[in-house]
Amino acid sequence: MMEPGLYHILFISAGLFFIGVYGFLTRRNLITMLMSIELILNSVNLNFIAFNKYLWPGKLDGLFFTIFIIAIAAAEAAVAIAIIINLYRTHRSIDVEDAEQLKY
Amino acid sequence: MNEFFSILKPELLITAIIFILLFVKITKTMKTSALLLLIQGLLLLNFVGGFFFNTEGNLFGDMYFSNHLLMMQKSILNLAVFLISLLFANCLRHHEHLPEYFILMLSALLGMFFMISSQNMLMFYLSLELATIPVAAMANFDLEKKASSEAAMKMILSSAFSSGILLFGISMLYGATGTISFNEIPFALDGSVLNILILVFIFTAFAFKLSIVPFHLWTADVYEGAPMATSAFLSVVSKGSVAFIFITMLYKVFQPMSETWYNMLIILSIATMVIGNLFAMRQQNIKRFLAFSSIAQVGFIMVAISSGSAKGISSVVYFVLIYVFSNLAAFGVASVIATQSGKERIDAYKGLYKTNPFLSWVLALALFSLAGIPPTAGFFGKLFLISAGAFKANYGYIAFVALNMIVSLYYYLVIVRAMFMDRNEQPIEKIHLHPANKIGLIICAGGIVCIGLISWIFDHIQSLVG
Repeated sequence: MMEPGLYHILFISAGLFFIGVYGFLTRRNLITMLMSIELILNSVNLNFIAFNKYLWPGKLDGLFFTIFIIAIAAAEAAVAIAIIINLYRTHRSIDVEDAEQLKY
Repeated sequence: MNEFFSILKPELLITAIIFILLFVKITKTMKTSALLLLIQGLLLLNFVGGFFFNTEGNLFGDMYFSNHLLMMQKSILNLAVFLISLLFANCLRHHEHLPEYFILMLSALLGMFFMISSQNMLMFYLSLELATIPVAAMANFDLEKKASSEAAMKMILSSAFSSGILLFGISMLYGATGTISFNEIPFALDGSVLNILILVFIFTAFAFKLSIVPFHLWTADVYEGAPMATSAFLSVVSKGSVAFIFITMLYKVFQPMSETWYNMLIILSIATMVIGNLFAMRQQNIKRFLAFSSIAQVGFIMVAISSGSAKGISSVVYFVLIYVFSNLAAFGVASVIATQSGKERIDAYKGLYKTNPFLSWVLALALFSLAGIPPTAGFFGKLFLISAGAFKANYGYIAFVALNMIVSLYYYLVIVRAMFMDRNEQPIEKIHLHPANKIGLIICAGGIVCIGLISWIFDHIQSLVG
């Protein structure tokens, strides 16, 4: 049984990042788009933790960064969901295709 | 301890104002019109207070850094927020949630202050988020309007996505260099492929915030849908502060890779100017028009940034100061007209001079200044930007930039022609201006006329850059 190393974790986090980007660009439901952004942020968290553990174990910069990213992601999601609720009140839908007043 | 207060003074003043507003909101003792007067007074005090007891220094274990140039940049942003509180008095005066609006705006301003002072990627990321999340809430402030909520949705999703990209760049930077301090990163960069990838990620995030061309698509929609004061705040304060930290990031953190980012800046600035100009020509709505004109202006700012010299920094700071006056004057007039008559289309401005000569003159001055016509300050701003860009002796590029300035004259002057020359049977009737609006417009017009002619302002900025 092989020990998982830095490359395995980086592979997973890069995969998560691009799944997030793909989801953000293709999904049409606002909540799902928000979830894709959370995937991106979590891939970044994995990156920081892995770099901190394997490459720079002496310093705690990466761990602290991760803690702050989690906190900010919660704040961002709170504001985004408040905006989405208001969008639902005005448009009766949370599909981005229905928010089409502003164009060109 | 004393030093702590004087270094952190701009941020502490803003925080104090936020708390005063929260207190007023909770106790519900004041009427909205009186409250607006209080806010304007506090913001004026805050602007004036920015000139006293300034000290240079580091705080929070080298995460925060302040010097006289940064104090100057913060004063410019303070001035812009004060002018916003004056210029949008007529549409904000009757809003029942006025204190919240200014609490959000000042929180964003606080984030911007920390952002331009940051010396560390963690500090930079936190303050960037503090500077963008409240703006999305501000964009949603016309709660019943469909366009407003759509604009806020576009704003929050694109800014969250761009900060995700920024974070991925920062995480790789941490992996490659082992540090997140601005002072240590340049020594650990070696110009490898990974470093170029990191630069591309971080540059992309800045391009989102500054609306540089391939990433500009949210700009026009957000400006059109959001309340006018929010659009003005986004286009002047937000853009100015991101331009300042963009300079720090490129000149200081990515200094060893200046060749790479120079080429990126050149290509993107050409795209930004051309697309901004071409799209501004075909706009019928004044807010969308101003959005695309601000995209084109960012292209000109990038020309100066590409020089990579002290001249570049001073000319950008000077240009942002002028841009505050000219763009806020344009937004202010558009907002007065939109609130009183409900008209936002450029066709409605025909024959405005007959009925509202003062508003037409202010808007004409602002547009002349944005276009860069000589007696106004905008000319000097553009002149310094382009002469800073010419530092690298690539005259073909500079000639192309100058050609773009000429193209931009066309669409600015179309509005001036509509106001002064075109006939219209039903022009917008005479608009009664609120005194605060009038004072704000007069300050803006005075700034546009005077700043270019008072030469020591530019000399002063240049001496601060050193």
